Amino acid sequence: MTELYISPEFEVIRNTNRCIACRVCERQCANEVHSYDSDAKAMICDESKCVNCKRCVSLCPTHALKIVKNDDRLRENANWQDDTIKEIFKQANTGGVLLSSMGNPKPFPVYWDKILINASQVTNPPIDPLREPMETRVFLGKKPERTERDGEGNIKTELTPQLELAVPIMFSAMSYGSISYNAHKSLAIAAKELGIFYNTGEGGLHEDFYCYGENTIVQVASGRFGVHEEYLNTGAAIEIKMGQGAKPGIGGHLPGAKIVGDVSKTRMIPEGSDAISPAPHHDIYSIEDLRQLVYSLKEATQYKKPVIVKVAAVHNIAAIASGVARSGADIIAIDGFRGGTGAAPTRIRDNVGIPIELALAAVDQRLREEGIRNNVSLVVGGSIRSASDVVKAIALGADACYIATAAVLALGCHLCRTCQTGKCNWGIATQRPELVKRLNPEIGSERLINLITAWRHEIKELMGGMGINSVEALRGNRLMLRGVGLTGKELEILGISHAGE
Amino acid sequence: MNRYVIIGNGTAAVGCIEGIRTIDKAGSITVISSENRPAYCRPLISYLLEDKTTEKKMSYRSDNFYSDNGCTVMYNTNACEIDTDKKCVLTDTSSFVPYDKLCIATGSSPFVPPMENLDKVEKKFSFLTLDDAVELKKTVTTNSKILIVGAGLIGLKCAEGLHAITKDITVCDLSDHILSSILDFDDAMLVQKHLERNGIKFSLHNSVSGFCGNTAVMQNGEEIEFDILVTAVGVRANISLFKNAGGQCTRGITVNEKAQTSLEDIYSAGDCTETTDISDGKTKIMALMPNAYMQGYTAGVNMAGGSRVFDNAIPMNSIGFFGMHLMTAGQRNGELSHTLSENAVKRLYFDNEHLVGYVLIGDVKNAGIYTKLIRERSPLDADTKEKMINTPTMELYDAQFRRRTLESVV
Amino acid sequence: MKRVFVNEEWCLGCHLCEYNCAYANSGITNMVKALKGKDIFPRIRVDGEDKITYAVSCRHCSNPICINSCISGALHFEDGVVRIDKTKCVGCLACILVCPFGAIVQDAEGAVNKCELCSNNSCGSPACVSGCPNRAIVFEERCEK
Repeated sequence: MTELYISPEFEVIRNTNRCIACRVCERQCANEVHSYDSDAKAMICDESKCVNCKRCVSLCPTHALKIVKNDDRLRENANWQDDTIKEIFKQANTGGVLLSSMGNPKPFPVYWDKILINASQVTNPPIDPLREPMETRVFLGKKPERTERDGEGNIKTELTPQLELAVPIMFSAMSYGSISYNAHKSLAIAAKELGIFYNTGEGGLHEDFYCYGENTIVQVASGRFGVHEEYLNTGAAIEIKMGQGAKPGIGGHLPGAKIVGDVSKTRMIPEGSDAISPAPHHDIYSIEDLRQLVYSLKEATQYKKPVIVKVAAVHNIAAIASGVARSGADIIAIDGFRGGTGAAPTRIRDNVGIPIELALAAVDQRLREEGIRNNVSLVVGGSIRSASDVVKAIALGADACYIATAAVLALGCHLCRTCQTGKCNWGIATQRPELVKRLNPEIGSERLINLITAWRHEIKELMGGMGINSVEALRGNRLMLRGVGLTGKELEILGISHAGE
Repeated sequence: MNRYVIIGNGTAAVGCIEGIRTIDKAGSITVISSENRPAYCRPLISYLLEDKTTEKKMSYRSDNFYSDNGCTVMYNTNACEIDTDKKCVLTDTSSFVPYDKLCIATGSSPFVPPMENLDKVEKKFSFLTLDDAVELKKTVTTNSKILIVGAGLIGLKCAEGLHAITKDITVCDLSDHILSSILDFDDAMLVQKHLERNGIKFSLHNSVSGFCGNTAVMQNGEEIEFDILVTAVGVRANISLFKNAGGQCTRGITVNEKAQTSLEDIYSAGDCTETTDISDGKTKIMALMPNAYMQGYTAGVNMAGGSRVFDNAIPMNSIGFFGMHLMTAGQRNGELSHTLSENAVKRLYFDNEHLVGYVLIGDVKNAGIYTKLIRERSPLDADTKEKMINTPTMELYDAQFRRRTLESVV
Repeated sequence: MKRVFVNEEWCLGCHLCEYNCAYANSGITNMVKALKGKDIFPRIRVDGEDKITYAVSCRHCSNPICINSCISGALHFEDGVVRIDKTKCVGCLACILVCPFGAIVQDAEGAVNKCELCSNNSCGSPACVSGCPNRAIVFEERCEK
């Protein structure tokens, strides 16, 4: 025996009374789970290949399919759980590092769900957003300490470049390469339509999307893929990626198989070569080094673009952010440990980093204490799942939120967490043309616009309930939050009181 | 106001009327019809025998077609003479019909070869008009013995139609195989076997030398008894009217691609004309229904002052017997690729990079795609040629044409 | 007039349109009952192979050669829609001989079938369009060139 048998993770249940053998499931499964037996005139399946992406379930016209967890389990053991043992089998079979995608699925506490929002009663009455104006617009960038006026009362203070967002939400970095052309196009169209921004990630910007430059944040990561002068000048802002919530401490990896055609051209690397971003930026070993890069980029863009520095939420995040805030960066983006990824070593994804809620509260607190909070705007990401998460994040001190997992869910992702295989049946995390075409950007962008529009309505409702009529007024307003079921230490870090207090 | 006159009231005439009315809504249109009924399609008459259609349903257009289009129809009227100087048509009802533009759509008539004592055969029919079919149907009983002379399209459709009434049907033909105008021997045998399985009897490579009462004496000495004789040997274009007026014709009326004849203000369309077959470049009579309509329509548009050409005629046929369909188009010469099975044939004929003809028996799915490739003379690369042997799809077209077609109004 | 248009860039080759078409024209209100275990005769079909596929149905041409070739008058225009009167069709298949898109098919009874834009069934608008998961098939007004 060379390989241990690992029973399939899922079971494909086909209701044969309903199945009309139209073969849609077969044609839509890039994993080749389904096939047609022409002798029996029936569909058959190989469930060992199933990743539970639900493409077949979604498209089956008679709803004859369901995918369930295979209940063939190993003997119960609270310590040696089924998944743990199977991972050992896999590694014993292959000798490889385990790879996963999307965010950390482990049952760590979700602080958003332990924080509750206030509402006005009797005094300081609530506001009805359908009847009264409500401002969701925010500006990201360094804010001046004070404003100066000339003799005639005109403002003399010159503002550093700002990003104007119609709603405090942006699509966070996903590279062209890790996601498809059509996914990028959907994000770009939606960002433009919504008056917000999407982010190129570290894969460069496809020349077709230069027209969306005003709504694009261009990223500079440790691999410097796709970075050139025109690229920097096309974007509305530049983001230096120091780290990513899903895999703090390592760089992005895109296998050579995905470096094809336009991906290779856009990244400016040969076809088929692996795009391995180094773990560190080789020119950054200190805040001073970071400052050099920030100013190099500002210099290259005539000081017209705000610079964002993105870091992963790790243990001493407050001190790190304090340093970054002094580096000349206009915006700090912090990515929590639940942030998604197109591929990461499982052990890193599941065990490295800290929750964004705690990181945000700590950073906001530290920057205030040091009197440098206005030097930078704070953008947080790493599993912002709903409008209420956005509202809680802003009340904890964020200027805006980054979303990506929620955005790809809107595009059709069913979180099967196998992006790394490149066989995304929803046309998102793939470069195979026959799969990429499954995502029509006309539909994709509409769905993204719907999502953000809905969240915007909800943000207004929640703010109105609190008697607050602008995002500006909610920011850092931790009195609007209360914790439930949290320890004293957690409440202390979050800077909020317990419910009932 | 223009006065349009159309001689004939078949498919080409209807095409002509519709063509005129796309340009000129006001001019008068007079149709001179030798038959006593509105336009119908000749190929339908065999279906009348087997009750797949009715006289009423056979009308080619709706009941108020002529009135909607402002046409005067002179039924039961034959044109006798065209006076090109006075620009009028003289009819057998002694009227003079003046025209500014004239379209001759006189079609064709059955040709009956000489057979001894034919005049003494009591129940004999030709099979071209609806009247022929109505009369034939009245005469045939379940016990009738039928002899059909001519194993061409008309004769065999007649046989199929009559088969619904009586099972005793014999078809004879001078040729050694049936459908000799459109099929080669081997393919014809396939169809013949299918017909024989359905009870039709054949006497081929054999012609009737004469009749002795209700017995046909064949050239090889064989004697065939019958009650009812149908002659379906062939048709001749009705060109005498035009020829007498001094117009240029050979076996059919010579027309150019605008359907103009050699005589001023006279156009012609349909089975009475000769047209260029673009699959082989030869000029010939192509007595085919779609061609008749398109040519008539072209004539109409041009008569009314518009501009239209009909320059891609090819011979093509769709015909079926007892559930077996066959289609042919273009010519049967050139480089051949084919697939054969017991009950199906596909033959594709190429002239270098062009498809110039096909024969399909059994599986005729999507045949129009082949037809289009012939008519458009679309150049085909080696890959495409290889794919052609499968069921034709839009894949055979140039990708740009295909996309444009699917994304825009055609 | 609204017609069906197909953008092959978005066609997935899933063939759902064929099944939705067959179902829409079955007159049966349950898809399983309508299609299970039956040969289907959809009026739309997906052509192409591998990476390029596209659905093909009647283009409702402005000057349709099928109507011009129909011997029985079964194929006719009704407000720009090329329709088939099955009671008139004798199954000569002349339309199949000439339709350059292969958009006309013969059904089990011998008459021909073609897309009538679901104007003759209970759908109201084309079922292939509403069932297309990627908006590759659309139903809209476009200018004649």
